[in-house]
Amino acid sequence: MSELLPVVLRVLLVVVAFLVVPLLVGQVEHKAMAHMQSRVGPMYAGMFHGWAQLVADGVKFVQKEDVVPTAADRTVFKLAPAVALLPYLVALLVVPLGPGLVGEDLDLGLFFVLAVMGVGVIGTLMGGWSSANKFSLLGGIRVAAQLMAYELPFVLAAASVAMAAGTLSLTGIVHAWEPWWLLWQGLAMVVFFVAGLAELQRPPFDMPVADAEIVFGPYTEYGGLRFALFILAEYAGIVVLSALTAVLFLGGWHGPFEDTVGWLWTLAKTFAVAFVVIWVRVAYPRMREDQLQRLAWQGLVPLALLQLAVTAVGVVVLA
Amino acid sequence: MNFPGSGLAKGLAVTLRTMGRRSVTAHYPDSMPELPPRSRGVIALIEENCTSCMLCARECPAWCIYIDSHKETIPATTEGGKDRTRNVLDRFAIDFSICMYCSICVEACPFDALHWSPEFEYSELDIRELTHEKDRLREWMWTVPAPTALDGNAEPAKELGAAQKAAELSARDAAAAEQSADTSGEGPA
Repeated sequence: MSELLPVVLRVLLVVVAFLVVPLLVGQVEHKAMAHMQSRVGPMYAGMFHGWAQLVADGVKFVQKEDVVPTAADRTVFKLAPAVALLPYLVALLVVPLGPGLVGEDLDLGLFFVLAVMGVGVIGTLMGGWSSANKFSLLGGIRVAAQLMAYELPFVLAAASVAMAAGTLSLTGIVHAWEPWWLLWQGLAMVVFFVAGLAELQRPPFDMPVADAEIVFGPYTEYGGLRFALFILAEYAGIVVLSALTAVLFLGGWHGPFEDTVGWLWTLAKTFAVAFVVIWVRVAYPRMREDQLQRLAWQGLVPLALLQLAVTAVGVVVLA
Repeated sequence: MNFPGSGLAKGLAVTLRTMGRRSVTAHYPDSMPELPPRSRGVIALIEENCTSCMLCARECPAWCIYIDSHKETIPATTEGGKDRTRNVLDRFAIDFSICMYCSICVEACPFDALHWSPEFEYSELDIRELTHEKDRLREWMWTVPAPTALDGNAEPAKELGAAQKAAELSARDAAAAEQSADTSGEGPA
């Protein structure tokens, strides 16, 4: 029983982080995006510059009617948000916050995270298929094509840094990281970040779920709490992507006084990457489906392979 | 310089710079907007100036002005004089749910009974409350601002020109009368 307690405690802490940090990122998105567009964003919720806007949104979504379209596949329709959301929670369990501060230190941490993030895709596909709506189906198929295309450079870039560190364990990779890796693995970082954005269907890669293009694609028929869970899944995905980029390519907890405040460095780097995700959303127009595919197959995959070659040469030279 | 990615970098730079600047959003209703002069908010009525000539009701493209009036006779003031008749308003209403704020009624009125006021916060929950009767239209008169000054290079108003001419003429007549009085005075003396 006593060996169960620390495990339960760790899982509980990760769940709390999973519920709170995406809301922080969401609020930063509201305010940062607003100021980048010369406006002010939410100001009234919570009386002070709208800090409670997402809390108010959550309450609003919870009190909405539960609607399932008549022609929809009920079971699949109801399960889709959970399948989209839970993989990010599981992935967060393996991401290290500081030396020794991790939900569960897996030896195959990186492999586990990549596999689990692939499952999250199926949630969106389930939503698109079960909605019995042509736009949803089209959106779902586009999502499938996009995510299949970007999974490859995503995995290749992650493989590059695993090769450089000589281990798949995320804590092992952070331990092995050195500042000059910013140059050596720099290409992999860019490829990983761009491919990750496309995996999350964030602008400029949000063609399958854009409301002006395809009426929200797979999410068209969703409303109320189910829709809120899909949106939470998107922001949780941003948190997981930012945390992974920080841990794999930016050195995780490395920084001044890392033994005591290492966790602060990880959080700071994660939020910096999350800010770049928001920044990229505001600055760039949406890519067309064919432009998206061309970028993946003719741009990112060759770059990722080039990086793998560079990493291999470096590993052999340094061995 | 057009190296690949320079456009992307410029986009990021512009958004970051805009984020740094204070946004000019005016926080209505905590702060009132700064309205330009002659803003059209609501139409006000001076009941005393209105003669029920019906020009405004006829010219209104939306037919949103409702006028009812009756004639009253004022008995003659002098012996054997003519009785005067006067139009008295019973009802003067403007339906602001139809009004298109085109200003034709204000321009058409020959007696300056209708005026613009910049008040705009009169929304109602019931559409019938948007028809303002003549008591409410009089209340709006207290919010009508003074007429704005003309531009520096504009033609002066006709009333000013006419008044000035009248003043000059009367001054000239007075001067001429004085002169002829002087000369005629000197004659016989």
